[in-house]
Amino acid sequence: MIPYIMCFILFLVGLYGVITRRNLVKIAVSLSIMEISTFLFFALIGYIDGGVAPIVDPADPVKTYVDPLPQALVLTAIVIGLATTAMLMAVIIRLYRKYGTFDIREIKNLRG
Amino acid sequence: MKGMTIIVKKTTQLISGMVFLYGIYVIIHGHLTPGGGFAGGVIVAGSLILVTLAYGGDFLKLVKEESGTTIVESLATIMVILIATAGLLFGTHIFFNNFLPKGIVGHLVSAGVLPLYNIFVGTEVASSIFIIFLSLIIFKEESPQ
Amino acid sequence: MNPLLPFFIITPLVGAFLIMIIGRFIKEFNKYFTSLILLFLACISFYFLFNTGENIFVYKVGGWEPINKIPIGIYIVMDGFNAIVVCIINLVGFLSAFYSISYIKRYTAENYFYALFCLMIAGMNGVVISGDLFNIFVFLEISVISAYALVAFGVEKNELEASFRYQVLGGIASFLILFGIGFIYWKTKTLNIADIKEAFSTGYDRTYYLFVQILILSGFGLKAAIIPFHAWLPDAHSSAPSPISAMLSGVLIKAVGIYVIIRLFFNMFAISEGMAILITTLGTLSMVIGVFLAIGQWDIKRLLAYHSISQMGYVVLSVGIGMILISRGVRNEVAALAITGGIFHLINHAAFKGLLFLNAGAIEYTIGSRNLQEMGGLAKQMPATAATSFIASMSISGIPPFNGFFSKLIIIIAAIMAKFYLLALLAVIVSIITLASFLKFQRYAFFNKTDNKNERKIKEVPFPMVFSMVIMSIFCILLSILVFPQIREAMLSPAIDILMDPSRYSSTIIGH
Repeated sequence: MIPYIMCFILFLVGLYGVITRRNLVKIAVSLSIMEISTFLFFALIGYIDGGVAPIVDPADPVKTYVDPLPQALVLTAIVIGLATTAMLMAVIIRLYRKYGTFDIREIKNLRG
Repeated sequence: MKGMTIIVKKTTQLISGMVFLYGIYVIIHGHLTPGGGFAGGVIVAGSLILVTLAYGGDFLKLVKEESGTTIVESLATIMVILIATAGLLFGTHIFFNNFLPKGIVGHLVSAGVLPLYNIFVGTEVASSIFIIFLSLIIFKEESPQ
Repeated sequence: MNPLLPFFIITPLVGAFLIMIIGRFIKEFNKYFTSLILLFLACISFYFLFNTGENIFVYKVGGWEPINKIPIGIYIVMDGFNAIVVCIINLVGFLSAFYSISYIKRYTAENYFYALFCLMIAGMNGVVISGDLFNIFVFLEISVISAYALVAFGVEKNELEASFRYQVLGGIASFLILFGIGFIYWKTKTLNIADIKEAFSTGYDRTYYLFVQILILSGFGLKAAIIPFHAWLPDAHSSAPSPISAMLSGVLIKAVGIYVIIRLFFNMFAISEGMAILITTLGTLSMVIGVFLAIGQWDIKRLLAYHSISQMGYVVLSVGIGMILISRGVRNEVAALAITGGIFHLINHAAFKGLLFLNAGAIEYTIGSRNLQEMGGLAKQMPATAATSFIASMSISGIPPFNGFFSKLIIIIAAIMAKFYLLALLAVIVSIITLASFLKFQRYAFFNKTDNKNERKIKEVPFPMVFSMVIMSIFCILLSILVFPQIREAMLSPAIDILMDPSRYSSTIIGH
């Protein structure tokens, strides 16, 4: 039970960072922390008591393996997270070139 | 873009070839050991970024490299989709089918069409990450400051 | 196993990467190639619309057959409800791509625009025809990342800020959805939508069920811009280039937002009354707050973006009324009428909101500003734009004989027959305020006497833009024939039957 609660606490830490930080790069890093908590949660779900890593060894075929499906899902989700972070970084660099500052309180051109 | 000092250049000369070779090993053995296309592609991109950072390069050379790498990435993605569709058009008429013969479990040349998928996906991931890096450097270089 | 089904995903993906290679050598290739691909996709989507009557097409990717009646592969499903949404996506996509042949001259990097456009179409097609929960997530991310890049396309200050706000909120939504998928997999050990329905029907824990429903509703509600999750929509939809605004507001918030909510809540979860009342309340709030925020706007595209929130509130309201009636187990004909009204309004909104954004783009192309107080008297020099804009404004306000009147009439009648008199009254009031807002738009843009501040020569916009606007206005008039009973039986009733009968969807797919 304890690892699941730690995953949730990590998600809340990331959410707190997105809401209260003023620097643009810190918001992007907090979004990354939120993703990592989700990947940990997925990897913890597939555990079966007494299981080993799901690699088939030709010498000893019959064993109890842990569930390999969440591991494949996490691999795909990590690549998606990489693409999201790269997109965010590109927009942040162009914003710095236009406004001259990283502070989010200065970037309020659109109103209403 | 300036390169780094001579110690970094000498160390890169010795190491970057081994990192590249390790990345290719992880890609090709994707159906036997953990890894596969994504993880191996990131390692290969790491070695390319190491060489670019240590030696630098002027602006025109970086732009030419970026356009060449974009063509490689697009070709690799089209090859992945073509292999998936080759089962649909010829043969068994099912999308994404595994139609090459499957060999003996545990050998390097086995499991049908999976090693081909791993190679093309690995090439595509490596060139994508290298293009992200090159684009950010080109954007910084072409500013008037 | 119809072999045409995977082509909805293969064709735009191959097209996007071919544009990147060949577009460097041949200059005019990318524009016409994109229009050709989308025309082909629109044709096969109409073929599926007319052929999917009462049967469901199921395609098992990779040929993995079920073992012991448990599906183990990824399924692609096309039934009555899917076919309608796929038609909307591809048709509006084709008209926007044709419109942008002459609009794109304002921007420089044409290759990237068309490649990202094809990737967005591929992602939306993948979300709508997928029958597997994680597949929905992967294609959702493909389409939404392309949308982030397209909103920031002309890199000025406003567009970058709008794209940054859209990305942060969209990123939080994606991870809420991933958490929800994790919780569902934990208890049911499967990812197929039909199989999860079977697993949930054998008994579940109340608190867990409510938690998962709230997570999924929050995640997809943020993508669909329901109130209280609407903060990104006015900035993003007004700063994007005009054909992309038409795609975002006309198709994206429906295909990855409202469609997934309707599909998961009717065909996967068992409907409970508390959840239905929550969804109806959110719909009513969207309807009312959206139109009150839209009255005081002087920028054309922000006005249209706020009206998008209000019209989406209509759809969620009527679907919510249907859910309340089904959960109480009474009066099935009224529930069917309410859901019919909701889906009909979905189709209509894609038609007239896309047309309104294309008109705003045409006005901006000739005059160069978006402020209503700086323009006037355009009706004589731009006849095609003025006529189509008049048709679209009358449609969205609900004036007969255009299509908006019939769909709003069905929603109000369903609300009265279900004895929700307050909701019907609010729907009528919001419709009147929408009419006032669009009369202001028509007067200031087209019929006012200008004092000739800008002495530019104003003439009609080029041919591709006029063609797209005229075709879409023909659809605005044609779609009102869907209210006649014979045509409604053929087109809309298969969708309603699939949604109202929860066990038929899962038993047909598992039995295939």
